[in-house]
Amino acid sequence: MKLLLTTISALVVAASAQAADQVKIGVIFGFTGPIETLTPAMAAGAELAAQEVSDSGMLLGGATVAAVRGDSTCIDSAAATSAAENLITVDKVNAIVGADCSGVTGAILQSVAIPNGVVMISPSATSPGLSTVEDNGLFFRTAPSDARQGQVLSDVIMERGIESVAVTYTNNDYGKGLADSFESAYTAAGGTVTASVAHEDGKGDYSAEIASLDAAGGDALVVAGYVDQGGQGIIRASLDSGSFDIFVLPDGMHGDSLTDAFGSEIDGSFGTLPGTDSPGASMLADVAGAAEVDASGPFVKESYDAAALLLLAMQAANSSASADLMNKVMDVANAPGEQIFPGELAKGLELLAAGAEIDYVGGSAVELIGPGESAGNYAIKEIQNGEFVTVEFR
Amino acid sequence: MDVLQALIVICNFVAVPALAYGSQLALGALGVTLVFGVLRFSNFAHGDTMAFGTMVAILATWWLQSLGIGIHPLPTALIALPFSIAVTAVLLLATDRFVYRFYRAQHSPPVIFVAASIGVMLLFHGLVRLIIGPWDQNFADGERFILSAREFKRATGLDEGLAIKTSQGITVLAAIAIVAWLYWFLNRTRTGKAMRAFSDNQELALLSGIKPERVVAICWIIAAGLATVAGVLYGLDKSFKPFTYFQLLLPIFAAAIVGGLGNPLGAIAGGYLVAFSEIAVTYAFKKVFRYLLPEFLEPSGLAQLLSTDYKLAVSFTILVITLLAKPTGLFGEARQ
Repeated sequence: MKLLLTTISALVVAASAQAADQVKIGVIFGFTGPIETLTPAMAAGAELAAQEVSDSGMLLGGATVAAVRGDSTCIDSAAATSAAENLITVDKVNAIVGADCSGVTGAILQSVAIPNGVVMISPSATSPGLSTVEDNGLFFRTAPSDARQGQVLSDVIMERGIESVAVTYTNNDYGKGLADSFESAYTAAGGTVTASVAHEDGKGDYSAEIASLDAAGGDALVVAGYVDQGGQGIIRASLDSGSFDIFVLPDGMHGDSLTDAFGSEIDGSFGTLPGTDSPGASMLADVAGAAEVDASGPFVKESYDAAALLLLAMQAANSSASADLMNKVMDVANAPGEQIFPGELAKGLELLAAGAEIDYVGGSAVELIGPGESAGNYAIKEIQNGEFVTVEFR
Repeated sequence: MDVLQALIVICNFVAVPALAYGSQLALGALGVTLVFGVLRFSNFAHGDTMAFGTMVAILATWWLQSLGIGIHPLPTALIALPFSIAVTAVLLLATDRFVYRFYRAQHSPPVIFVAASIGVMLLFHGLVRLIIGPWDQNFADGERFILSAREFKRATGLDEGLAIKTSQGITVLAAIAIVAWLYWFLNRTRTGKAMRAFSDNQELALLSGIKPERVVAICWIIAAGLATVAGVLYGLDKSFKPFTYFQLLLPIFAAAIVGGLGNPLGAIAGGYLVAFSEIAVTYAFKKVFRYLLPEFLEPSGLAQLLSTDYKLAVSFTILVITLLAKPTGLFGEARQ
């Protein structure tokens, strides 16, 4: 009996020693498809964190980290799930960074990650639907839900004493989701949405849309659209017909092309853009710059943080198995503990190995709330003298 | 006072935009109707001819702007017009020489011409996208407003503003001038009379010594001029994007058919009819009613017949109703 126990424990030790040699993480992004221009930098961000941990030699007593890429295509759920299946069964990854777009992320979670019990941390899926999905505790995201932005927008508008607004949104999941979450937050706070009108991108003329919004009235116009698409046309038409002067601009409307086109005509308009005043962002830029990775692109910081969180959680759980690390993700991401910034992953690993607690801040000021999603940090910007000016962070 | 406010709201959001849009459609429909009258086929390539002409005008405008030439407060594109009309005319004449002349010599039925014009349409569309790209181009410069909403409010002390854009003013004036010139040309000049004779009866016109190729060439040149002017005015008023011009084909044909294909006056009336219907049917009248009706009758909704997404469906409906009820159009006489 004693012999048997010793043999088993020896086997377990041998097995974990075996696993400690190399840790594999899957990186599933849409390397082909509609966001193929963004994903190379995002993957490079995730791989940067993996490399940093690997080089430190401190993960689980000296394990190296290998990142294996898979193609989520962003839109094709069948292709995405088979890529994820391949990563888990053939490449035998321990956990997954990804996926990118909300639709394929949900598909991979349901049909691959949950059945196989593999942890996923998405850097960029922002659909509010993923907050309530049944995930067995396996799904996290370093991106905030769009519901959060709706709430922040509503708060900012209310604080400025604007109590009735009209809303127009670009006719897709992003625009509709954001408009809905904003409307529910704003009406709950006592505001009135006079009309919520969809607009199609790529039209030559938006005067008809503005005519109906103007008829509905309101003190400001919330434009949940794209700066280089219909959103700009909406603002042009509104200024031309003299209906709205103040525009509320969610993240899709921030860009130099807006201020180039309108200058000080839209002074006093304001909006929200994901962003943080945490020193993490510039520290990541330094680390990434040394490795010739561009960290300024959308969701690159979040990708770095997703990979770093996975590996730190492994260290905290002292195991590379998803079943163990899933319980540690929230612990390493949130206070209490010493704050860990990009480039300091080795320090974090060391502290965790010594049994101390850490609070991973990373490049995007990670703070996981609720079902394991980023609380979301937004910069509140206002247009003053024809320029975007950051007035506060929240 | 409230009646006045309501009137200004209607002017600002319905009458002024529809007048400008209607003029642009009328100029486009005139081109379609002229080609139909003389060459006896529906030229599906007209929308993309407008796109081509506008593209040339934009390129010329950029060149003029880089030289610092302008006619402030008017948009620079107006000086670029003659050049772009010439380039478009050359393109249409070349198309006629290499495509349509062949079918004319064969005495092909009109449906063959229509099919050929669809091919030409795709070719022009591709050409424009290849040269300038599929994106939005904004080339309006000069003074933006004749009367801005803010100035109007300040001057009159009313709550509602009335804005008139420079491009809208130019559009209406240009439409009036061109229609007057065309009327004079078709009714008073020898060439115009020859064109009308050719349109009425080809054989008789040939017998009386009218040179058909000359009539055809002049028809294409005028069509190029109308298409380019309509396209540039639309682009100045809104913005230039190849796909939008492609979509303009439907309201333009609706306008030409409502007025009766081949009838210039009908094309103009049709242009305004389509524009006013499109805008009035999709306009939310809530504000107007709020000014006009007593409080207890005030509508709770937007008082909008159709969502603005259905704008194109309005021209389509007009087209279908005309073809069902009066296929020759409002002003067209029955043809054999």
